[in-house]
Amino acid sequence: MFDRVRAAVTGGVVAVSLMASAAAFAAVESKDPIKLTLHDWTGQLITTKIMGEVLKKAGYNIEYVQADYIAQFAGLESGDLHVAMEMWETTGRDAMDASFKTGKTENFGETGMQAIEEWWYPLYMKERCPGLPDWQALNKCAEAFSVPETAPKGRYLGGPVTWGGYDDERVEALGLNFEVVHAGTDAALFAELESAYQRKAPILLWIYTPHWATAKYQGEWVEFPKYTPECYTDPKWGSNPNLAYDCGKPRGPIWKVGWAGVKTKWPGAYNAIKAFKLNNDEMSAMIVEVDLDGKDLDGVVAAWVDANEARWKTWIK
Amino acid sequence: MNTAAPALLRDGRAIWALALGASILFAWATRDLVPWAHEYPRDWIWPIRFEITDFMKWLINDASFGLFSFTDLTRSIAWLLDWPLGLATGLLSTGLMQGQGSDAVQITPPLSWLAVIGAVVAMGHYARDWKLAALVGGCFLYLAMFGQWNSAMITLSSIVVAVPIGVAGGLLLGIVAYRSPWFERAIKPVLDLMQTVPVFAYLVPILFMFGFGPVAAMAATIIYAMPPMVRVTMLALRSVADEIVDFGRMVGCTRRQLTWKVLVPASMPLLMVGVNQVIMLSLNMVIIASMIGAGGLGFDVLAALRRLDIGGGLEAGIAIVVLAVALDRLSQAFATRPPPVHEDPARGWIARHPWLVVALGWIVVTGLAGLVMPGIQAYPKALQVTTGTFWASLVEAINVNFYDALEAVKTAMLLGVLIPFKRFLIGLPWAVVVGLLAVAGWRLGGWRLSLLAGGLALLVVITGQWEKAMITVYLCGISVLIATAIGVPVGIAAAERERLGGVVRAVIDTLQTLPSFVYLMPVVMLFRVGDFSAMIAVVVYALAPAVRYTAHGIRQIDPQLIEAGIAAGCTRRQMLWKIKLPLALPEIMLGINQTIMLALSMLVITALVGTRDLGQEVYIALTKADTGRGIVAGLSVAFIAIIADRLIAAGSMRMRHRLGLAAEGATA
Repeated sequence: MFDRVRAAVTGGVVAVSLMASAAAFAAVESKDPIKLTLHDWTGQLITTKIMGEVLKKAGYNIEYVQADYIAQFAGLESGDLHVAMEMWETTGRDAMDASFKTGKTENFGETGMQAIEEWWYPLYMKERCPGLPDWQALNKCAEAFSVPETAPKGRYLGGPVTWGGYDDERVEALGLNFEVVHAGTDAALFAELESAYQRKAPILLWIYTPHWATAKYQGEWVEFPKYTPECYTDPKWGSNPNLAYDCGKPRGPIWKVGWAGVKTKWPGAYNAIKAFKLNNDEMSAMIVEVDLDGKDLDGVVAAWVDANEARWKTWIK
Repeated sequence: MNTAAPALLRDGRAIWALALGASILFAWATRDLVPWAHEYPRDWIWPIRFEITDFMKWLINDASFGLFSFTDLTRSIAWLLDWPLGLATGLLSTGLMQGQGSDAVQITPPLSWLAVIGAVVAMGHYARDWKLAALVGGCFLYLAMFGQWNSAMITLSSIVVAVPIGVAGGLLLGIVAYRSPWFERAIKPVLDLMQTVPVFAYLVPILFMFGFGPVAAMAATIIYAMPPMVRVTMLALRSVADEIVDFGRMVGCTRRQLTWKVLVPASMPLLMVGVNQVIMLSLNMVIIASMIGAGGLGFDVLAALRRLDIGGGLEAGIAIVVLAVALDRLSQAFATRPPPVHEDPARGWIARHPWLVVALGWIVVTGLAGLVMPGIQAYPKALQVTTGTFWASLVEAINVNFYDALEAVKTAMLLGVLIPFKRFLIGLPWAVVVGLLAVAGWRLGGWRLSLLAGGLALLVVITGQWEKAMITVYLCGISVLIATAIGVPVGIAAAERERLGGVVRAVIDTLQTLPSFVYLMPVVMLFRVGDFSAMIAVVVYALAPAVRYTAHGIRQIDPQLIEAGIAAGCTRRQMLWKIKLPLALPEIMLGINQTIMLALSMLVITALVGTRDLGQEVYIALTKADTGRGIVAGLSVAFIAIIADRLIAAGSMRMRHRLGLAAEGATA
């Protein structure tokens, strides 16, 4: 019964797509819509819409679907969704690994953007804690970063526990006199930053970029011993011979991932998605235009597409 | 019974004293002797969550009923649900389309903003009067003026499909439960689970089953919004006066007629409370639904708050509220609309349906005009208004000027109440808590309840959720106490003063439908990440049922009893304590029950501020797409809710026996 229904639906779809493809100017492999996922931060929306608009120019049928950053893997594996344009090395590694193992999704390569995540403080804290940005200054002014619940320890506002990041381990390994408090979402994280910034109050927190916050607020990254893979795996590495994680956070690429079937169903689109590249500066500029200057997102995307025709033409050639 | 009561009471106290004394002694004396009774050993944890994950995988990938697989079944349900949803979206938001994705060709444009406003105004006048028409029209005008129209129509189209399904399903289940005590016993725990297992816990399985997109979001919405309708239906049917039922039987109604022509109409006012709840809860899911592909206003709220645009988040949040108000008032008006006095079939169809004709005409006229004038099809951008940075500036002003005062209040509350209570609860040995719950169950409701309360608590222990569960109890317990302490008096006051009642109702509806995210971010700015911010959010959200059910309970008291009280010379105080409160107790208890349920369901949101309870565990499971972990933590939340619910219900039952009210019959 269900199969018959499905056959009827597929039949309808084929009929409609035949009509539609007659109208399209370029021959593409399939006129079924390629579903790109949208999340809830501006940078990702820009990345995805640029890709989508470029694919449209190549004649592909595009559909944007809103989906959760991690929950979307269920859809990517089943083929309900097809492409996720931003999967951060720093936050999405576990989900990616788990998903790639099923063989139903694959890595479409780097977006060209680099994720930076680290402890961060507003510039006005430098006066109260002169040794910054060197991490060893943190202990001397732990009190300056403290609040009543944590005093005399300093307070560090970490990201949601789901982001990982090993901050509790870092505090222990580096012997920092700080208490780690986890925000539940990044909205909460930036709400606290905004609040503290308005009052010029002490704050030390986890910031990531590309993001509007690094453009809106003046501040610096804390400089920890530079990350190497051994630091996380080998306790002997670094200043603390007994514990791992005595270094800063890794920086890494932002990846594109998607349904493994894209390659066979839309080979041309697959190549275009793999070829897609943007850099941090371009992205930051666009994020600032949308989030801080209040410009319309679709307008900003259209402006990029108009200005960079030569570039995206090579993606879809 | 009455003569035995004092003795029983003394006896009861003795048992309580004994149990408490024994537990304190146990807690003090055995810390080193039997450490496993204090802290549950890690090795003893039952790894059920891995089994659940495996089962889920099997269900999705391999389960089959022979002719078709489980996934085929759920996908065909999704396909069925997609029809009405696609139609609604087509009419309201995108226009009817042919084809898919960006290649789709628009056949007709969507209803223009003028057409929709005209239609709802006509509905408002038809259902009641011009006042309602103006209110509903004003609500929709807000959506257009504040630039929320497109998102609001996407949200509206999923609501107009989800709510009727939720109401109809709830009503039917409620009727079956009313008729069959067996079914009632079976469905009650299911209802509790549906309402208390945090939505995040079953989002991942739902995505597997229904695919990505608006349909899955709608399925989650229906699961979340239906239970109050079932509960209210059972309560409503049962509270229909026996005389009415007898009368129905005497005139020879069949069972079907008795249900649809007698019971349902007679209990309409209370049933409408259920409809109200379905609408409110559906709109409540708008945010979470947008996380799995529903889009619309929920997405706008999330996106605005991610860039800390407090004003933008509030405007989108208020749009959800005005939608809720408009839908709720319209549905209430339709339900209470008196039937037409007489229909004259001799008059033409047009004469008999003037409003329908006017509305259809209006839609056609605006539709045609919209083809020529874009300002009629879509609200002109130039006329849109916005509060801009006003709200952000307001929060900033409060933040800069009053932060220290707020901080002092918060610190006092934290150090004086929250932290000690938390330490106390976490310090309790699990064996003692399970034992006390079993004793409480036994005292209040006999050995069955004792087994249930103790058994469920033990399940929480052996699945390794104990500490997180205690943090949950601490956060929700304090919040429910505060919400009840505020909500019940407000409900009483609202019931006694007509005008205040109207205001309170508006405020309550707003609090329940305004996405908590909207006020959560300012709260975080003023009180920082932590338990205090979470508590405020839970109290604000869970207040609504305490107020609403209390007010309803007081209002529905038989006026003759009140007059009897006045005639007997009761003072105001005596009226309240001796007559009104005891008579309204069943409803108040139902309200508190719902307050607990809502407080627990709010854990999902407080997890987003950063707590370390079961809500956080569920949230982590969602972000790692770990079905088993989420369901185990979600079930633990549900068990806490069920234990609280059953103990309270049994307690209030005993109380009513003592007050001689048992004959009133209605149970929560």
